[in-house]
Amino acid sequence: MSIEVVKPGLSTTVQDLGRPGYYHLGIPLSGALDQYSCRLANLLVGNDESAAVLECTLLAPELAFTDNAIIAVAGAQATPRINGKDVESNASLAVKAGDTLGFDLMKAGARTYIAVAGGIDVPMVLGSRSTYALGAIGGLHGRKLAAGDRLPVGNPGREARAGRTVDIGLVSSMAKELALRVLPGLYFHRLTESSADTFFADTWTVASEADRIGYRYRRGRALHFLERQQPFGAGSDPSNIVDAGYPYGSIQVPGGLEPIVLLRDAVSGGGYAMIGAVISADMDCIAQMQPNNKARFLLVDMPLALSARAERQQRLVRLRAALAG
Amino acid sequence: MSALPAARYTFGGDEHVFVEIAEDMSLPAFFKGMAITAELQRRRAPGVTEICPANASYLVRFDPDVIAPDAMVALLREIESSVGSSAFELQTRIVEIPVLYNDPWTHETQMRFRDRHQDPGSTDLEYAARINRHPSVEAFVQAHSSAPWFVSMVGFVAGLPFLFQMVERPQQLEVPKYLRPRTDTPKLTVGHGGCFSCIYSVRGAGGYQMFGITPAPIFDPAQKLPYLKDMMVFFRPGDIVKWKPITREEYDRDVAAVDAGSFDLRIRPVSFSLQKFLNDPAAYNTMLLEQLSH
Repeated sequence: MSIEVVKPGLSTTVQDLGRPGYYHLGIPLSGALDQYSCRLANLLVGNDESAAVLECTLLAPELAFTDNAIIAVAGAQATPRINGKDVESNASLAVKAGDTLGFDLMKAGARTYIAVAGGIDVPMVLGSRSTYALGAIGGLHGRKLAAGDRLPVGNPGREARAGRTVDIGLVSSMAKELALRVLPGLYFHRLTESSADTFFADTWTVASEADRIGYRYRRGRALHFLERQQPFGAGSDPSNIVDAGYPYGSIQVPGGLEPIVLLRDAVSGGGYAMIGAVISADMDCIAQMQPNNKARFLLVDMPLALSARAERQQRLVRLRAALAG
Repeated sequence: MSALPAARYTFGGDEHVFVEIAEDMSLPAFFKGMAITAELQRRRAPGVTEICPANASYLVRFDPDVIAPDAMVALLREIESSVGSSAFELQTRIVEIPVLYNDPWTHETQMRFRDRHQDPGSTDLEYAARINRHPSVEAFVQAHSSAPWFVSMVGFVAGLPFLFQMVERPQQLEVPKYLRPRTDTPKLTVGHGGCFSCIYSVRGAGGYQMFGITPAPIFDPAQKLPYLKDMMVFFRPGDIVKWKPITREEYDRDVAAVDAGSFDLRIRPVSFSLQKFLNDPAAYNTMLLEQLSH
């Protein structure tokens, strides 16, 4: 069974939960940027949560089905249409051979996930089907989808059925203004005292340079690093360090101008000082921010980060219970 | 290792510990990070999901539901104290990488991005030779390619090695990065920024000065060449590299061999002792390079 790509959308890639274990070789985690919505879409169609789905960015694709299939759409709010007729998101749907799936514009959020019972069955590369476009590995030929592509689909599991829905309380909300919780650290001590304050005080705007590698924010006050005799090998700008590993979620500020939060296709290292990292519980939210959405960075400590993490896991436990069977 | 300060431990969110061995780049800092990360690897501690040695620091990703953040740091501190006083020895390999310096492809790219360069009237090699006080490009290439280099980090993008020159600090080549990064760099460009050389494993953005190009693929998802059969990424931190200047004819011959799937690299196992190296770098390098001729 396969799905034909009629229109690819702006940037649609095959993703699963990711490819851990190779970051020391520069191969990043990859995988769905909004992991919760990816899991939700898979659970709705009776897949394992780790099955490969389509991650659609800002402008969703148009797909033609060559066989009957069970599908579900989750994540950013874009009304799905089967043969031009509006259908439900966050529900499993039956499509027939010859049907076409299209979408309305994304009203809120930036990434819609399409799960198909059986999963997108591209070859595993280093233990994952996720697309890592910079390295041209995973997904379909290591790249985003193009018109005319055919996506192989695996065999649906026994749990695959149409008509499964989820309580709205278990669907992620798509806010246009967010507070992203940040644990300061890494090279935070290199900021001047006033920049350490303005970073958290200012409202920042998502720039158009916002992709799977990282999200850039602008329109906050410039950040200043303490002047010093630069260490040997570090480069001449006060925002430079001796090239080091970049954590996922870490925030760097090249030249002090625009903070960049690294996401799951992160460059794994480089020479810009990082001033902290967005906590794991808030990484899914970043993926749903559109350019021009607003964010503030909210200072938290480790106990708060861990309790937010636990809350997120409890929500996933409730989701699994709600969709079991 | 008494010259190094105590490492600095800090969290990167709730899933990473970042450990800065030293602010300055040095071989002792790199080796201390290598020793700690190798020991961490050996212990297979539950909850540790990524271990990434870098130039003068390292990064560990962990699952705080399996190992609490404070316990993670305590484990790393304990390993730091256990390796702190030992002499660093490394079983590794030395690799000869052919380089066509001053090649037409990086030259063409340099010319497209001249407005982003410190000295638009010179080539990257002419500029690097001048600010490192070498009388000519030839003398600079000689300085770049005579002593071996350590792979001190792999990353940025898939399989890209950062390399640190194994000479005393006054002889180390240093050049600033471009004023503004280029949006294009040919695949397999040999570049240099700060005190590090690198090989661009894929085509893309870059800020390092461009000195030449190698015919040897170092990242290939299809794994066509013998030395990429085990893993699509060739380099590992701790590898030692000798640049071998080649002519255009040799370059074309190597590229044809790559296309035919018959190209291979000269790779030899070596053991490296940091103390012996630091006692007499020049003599130790001569001994290392001799291994390549066996």
